[in-house]
Amino acid sequence: MENQFLVDSQHLSQAALDKKHRLETDPASRRNHMEYLPGMEIIESDVCSQVMSQMESYDYSVYTAADVRRALNHETCTVEDFKALLSPAAEPFLEEMAIRARGETGKHFGNTVYLFTPLYIANYCDNYCVYCGFNCYNHISRMKLTREQIEHEMKVIADSGMEEILILTGESPSHSDVKYIGEACRLARKYFRMVGLEIYPVNTEDYRYLHECGADYVTVFQETYDTDKYETLHLLGHKRVWPYRFNAQERALMGGMRGVAFSALLGLSDFRKDALASALHVYYLQRKYPHAEMSLSCPRLRPIINNDKINPLDVGEKQLCQVLCAYRIFLPFVGITVSSRESAEFRNGIVKIAATKVSAGVSTGIGDHESKYTGKEDDSLKGDEQFEISDGRSFETMYEDMSGEGLQPVLNDYVYV
Amino acid sequence: MINNDKLIIGGKEFDSRFILGSGKYSMKLIEAAVKDAGAEIITLAVRRANTKEQENILDYIPEGVTLLPNTSGARTAQEAVRIARLARELGCGNFVKVEIMRDSKYLLPDNQETIKATEILAAEGFVVMPYMYPDLNAARDMANAGAATIMPLASPIGSNKGLATREFIQILIDEIDLPIIVDAGIGRPSQACEAMEMGAAAIMANTALATAGDLPMMAAAFRQAIEAGRRAYLSGLGRVLTRGASASDPLTGFLRD
Repeated sequence: MENQFLVDSQHLSQAALDKKHRLETDPASRRNHMEYLPGMEIIESDVCSQVMSQMESYDYSVYTAADVRRALNHETCTVEDFKALLSPAAEPFLEEMAIRARGETGKHFGNTVYLFTPLYIANYCDNYCVYCGFNCYNHISRMKLTREQIEHEMKVIADSGMEEILILTGESPSHSDVKYIGEACRLARKYFRMVGLEIYPVNTEDYRYLHECGADYVTVFQETYDTDKYETLHLLGHKRVWPYRFNAQERALMGGMRGVAFSALLGLSDFRKDALASALHVYYLQRKYPHAEMSLSCPRLRPIINNDKINPLDVGEKQLCQVLCAYRIFLPFVGITVSSRESAEFRNGIVKIAATKVSAGVSTGIGDHESKYTGKEDDSLKGDEQFEISDGRSFETMYEDMSGEGLQPVLNDYVYV
Repeated sequence: MINNDKLIIGGKEFDSRFILGSGKYSMKLIEAAVKDAGAEIITLAVRRANTKEQENILDYIPEGVTLLPNTSGARTAQEAVRIARLARELGCGNFVKVEIMRDSKYLLPDNQETIKATEILAAEGFVVMPYMYPDLNAARDMANAGAATIMPLASPIGSNKGLATREFIQILIDEIDLPIIVDAGIGRPSQACEAMEMGAAAIMANTALATAGDLPMMAAAFRQAIEAGRRAYLSGLGRVLTRGASASDPLTGFLRD
């Protein structure tokens, strides 16, 4: 069964609806998703071809229990071992994989767990990505925080005790340009020790500017590495250009960022192939930029406003756990973030095995931290949420819960130099 | 332990030869390291102390313990220098462990950049303890640059693999007139003991303790192992463990005068 992503809003004009339907039904009406748009920087890189050739030739059905056992017995995990660990043949070995993964996590991270929170500052979006609540055809309340509103939100979050923030926007360079985002970074440096960005991909020079403004970590989700599938899900806007997105992390590193984060959105395509490609994206880029810090996320599809049926299909919690254990065994040194898309129970369990970072006090809406954190209601406008979260624990509760699980919550492990 | 057997770093005397490394902190670990392992020096990652959180590690360092801030997170000499200065501003004293990594996978130190940072920081009055890959030429350069100790790695950080670089550490012990403190990779008390028998001046460890089932007991085991190794070294080891030829029937036994 496939997800039914397409929803028509009664608020759209007939002309908009016509265009939307044309994009959805007539592939010829869509841009070539492999072709760069004017202004998009092209860099010399062989990382993409390395990742894609591995992914395309990956046939996970050929791996057997013996391959999985061999992989688990190897002291260091090769690409071939990793492929075995991601295969269906490894599903019966989940407990063994978890034990191995826990050992690797302990060696590299001890019993710590890092806490952070996202801050959405705008939800305008120029893209039509059919699964996303912010997509330009979805009828939601749109908002862009002013400088004062951003600072207010940051104060509220900082007062809760949080020291690391991830600034997010919808993907609209016209509504939320690089200068606007840079301003937000400068403000964030006043209140937080670590500032990350999850915004639309930009050119090296813009990453350099944002780094100078105080951001030091860039997250870009590739959504899916299956370019044919990608084409059918990202119908309009600059996000449609798949290779520009793929090279975003490399441009961010070229622009001086300390670290970069990666992910596929599991449930969009074949999750085993997407997991392989995500990890290999990290693996090959790390070889090229060995000083860079890298991390992986593992979001699964979630319901959105106006479409509560969206779900991660065949990626159950067991499969997600398998992917995360395989990531940890293959890349013991990378951070692994598990977001509030997952339940409190799953997150409590996975931080003891493979995950090293969790979000807390999360809102994926715009301008609503004060009401969510302090219960203080006001009449000001709020922007709608990108997706429904599952784990709504506050910073304080998360801190206590993680301590209760025997872990040491860490709020900052970073110095901006 | 043994009368007048002091470890002297930057003019400061220490009785203990166990130094708690950074990386995996918990208050329980610090307590065990000080109480049970006898640590008098505790490493502190500036990146972790750079926090306003309620459980700031700085608040948990017992009195009388010397703080050893490290420059973890630095990728160049310049960054290490900036972090060291920040540490001094934070009130961490003038000891600094220089660690510069340009590799996020293995966390292997960059000797060239470390030499540069050692020179700058020593000139600024820091007691510089460079973490390094055990290379004799680099160690000489660090000594000449003003290092107070040399801290070669035993094996990759966090690996608990013991003295993978044993032969090269021995060369440093034999050739460098500074305390050689073995850092990174010591996973078991027996490995710490072996390094001390070789003539290492002290042992730095963290993961081996942090991941133990019973922290205080493991801390005590390290203390005993380090003391045993130190005594063995000071006592002059028997021939079994000395290096070089040691045949039981001397080859030159035929000589008559």
